[in-house]
Amino acid sequence: MANKAPQIPSIAELMDKIKSGKIFSEIAKEITESQLWTSTFRHGYADTPRNRVLQIASNVWLHLHPVKMHRHALRIKFTWCMGGITFLLFLSTVVTGVILMFYYRPVGEYAYYDLKYLQYDVPFGMLMRNMHRWAAHAMVITVWLHMFRVFLTGSYKPPREFNWVIGVFLVTFTLLLSFTGYLLPWDQLAMWAVTVGTNMARATPFLGNEGPFAEFVGVTPRYDARSLLIGGSLVGPPALLRFYVLHCIFIPLIAGALMIVHFWRIRKDGGISGPL
Amino acid sequence: MAQAATPKKKIEEVPEKLHVWPYLVRLEFLCALVVIISLTVWSIVIDAPLEEAANPTKTPNPSKAPWYFLGLQDILVYFDPWFAGVVAPVLIIVGLMLIPYLDVNPKGNGYYTYHERKVAIWVYCFGFLVLWIALIIMGVFLRGPGWNLFMPWQYWDPHKVVALVSVDLPYAFGIRDYLWSAIFGGGVLLAYFGIGTGAYFFLERKALKSVGFLRMFIKIQLALIMIGIVIKIVLRIGFNIKYIMVTPWISV
Repeated sequence: MANKAPQIPSIAELMDKIKSGKIFSEIAKEITESQLWTSTFRHGYADTPRNRVLQIASNVWLHLHPVKMHRHALRIKFTWCMGGITFLLFLSTVVTGVILMFYYRPVGEYAYYDLKYLQYDVPFGMLMRNMHRWAAHAMVITVWLHMFRVFLTGSYKPPREFNWVIGVFLVTFTLLLSFTGYLLPWDQLAMWAVTVGTNMARATPFLGNEGPFAEFVGVTPRYDARSLLIGGSLVGPPALLRFYVLHCIFIPLIAGALMIVHFWRIRKDGGISGPL
Repeated sequence: MAQAATPKKKIEEVPEKLHVWPYLVRLEFLCALVVIISLTVWSIVIDAPLEEAANPTKTPNPSKAPWYFLGLQDILVYFDPWFAGVVAPVLIIVGLMLIPYLDVNPKGNGYYTYHERKVAIWVYCFGFLVLWIALIIMGVFLRGPGWNLFMPWQYWDPHKVVALVSVDLPYAFGIRDYLWSAIFGGGVLLAYFGIGTGAYFFLERKALKSVGFLRMFIKIQLALIMIGIVIKIVLRIGFNIKYIMVTPWISV
């Protein structure tokens, strides 16, 4: 028989191993050499240059990073961390937002009372809503600061012009995400803020019924840029549904796609900017 | 262990390039911790607002857009909605996108500098800090019922009456006829943009060859619009001028 029965160590032997600490390295070796472990992690953990590279290059979540970077780009004084924080806050709104979606119905009769239920009856419901709202507001501020930093360091200059353009789109979509979410609580604050905001669409030149040159196009209060946006002539249940779909599906998908391009272009344009 | 420590020491000595793992990843991790903890604490301490249920028959006074749009809402005092609500945002977005293509100064790429790009920094700071942030702060804290200005210590009196004494620019110059008013106002606008563009091209004539005509032309138009917004605000507050040009279709 090739398979020997496992030898049962004597108590004295075991005590010896525990006392000398050898047992830990033996257990660790047993685990890290198992098939389960080696199939999951593709490299060792010892702090060697090779493993430092593999840690980034062979990890799907980290491989967005380069394996090496310039020392200056690590300085918080240079980046203010604002781009990364904006992305982190976006992820926070995605997580909390999905949780909120379990309890919220974008229907005129239900929406407001779903919020009341969420706040008073759902465990951690209030906390989830607070985190979602404050992360969204914070994201607006951090994305502006990120843009300000990128401008001040001249990081939009060649070869990064295109990534700046993508960034402007992302700022715009951040504001639109926040604005469409503003309506969903379906309270007075939400309804009238969105009324003020969407009223602007009716002044669109040519396409809004109160805009300049509208009479040459023939748009009406029921059929113009604003009614397309809110599904009627005032902010009512159709607007709620439209903003819900825009907020939860349409804009996040577009913004997510643009984020992929934005991050990818940082690498392709030679990494984070710096003095040459 | 000694073998693992040696390369680390060597890396510390190399000045330029560092391994992202661990130097950047640990920084990102710490930063994420701080942000998530702050967000959680903030969310435990402060509740998101929820007012009474939406009621289309009960308009609050003042009705305010979300705070990040209050700069634009404040411009509504000085401009018609087609400009403040539609054209101005579009110009902001397009103007921002054009920045890398208009600013051909090769200096200041990837580091902080004021001296190598004074004009660019002044223009951006003016647009961002004054026309965007300052107007937002004003819209959030100083605009009360009827969109009237209230100082922070003043009571928001919904019955405050502010005399509407503003007149149009042609009227202020004694022109009472509609057609001549439109011609006069249009002339003033044309003169503003024409003289502004001409003066810029004359002063920067040496740069024309290196920068290019189209770049310079777009640059000065955007700058003139930005300055024009400030002029309009000053004219309204200081001289009670409502419109520069009035036509049946469009008024500026």
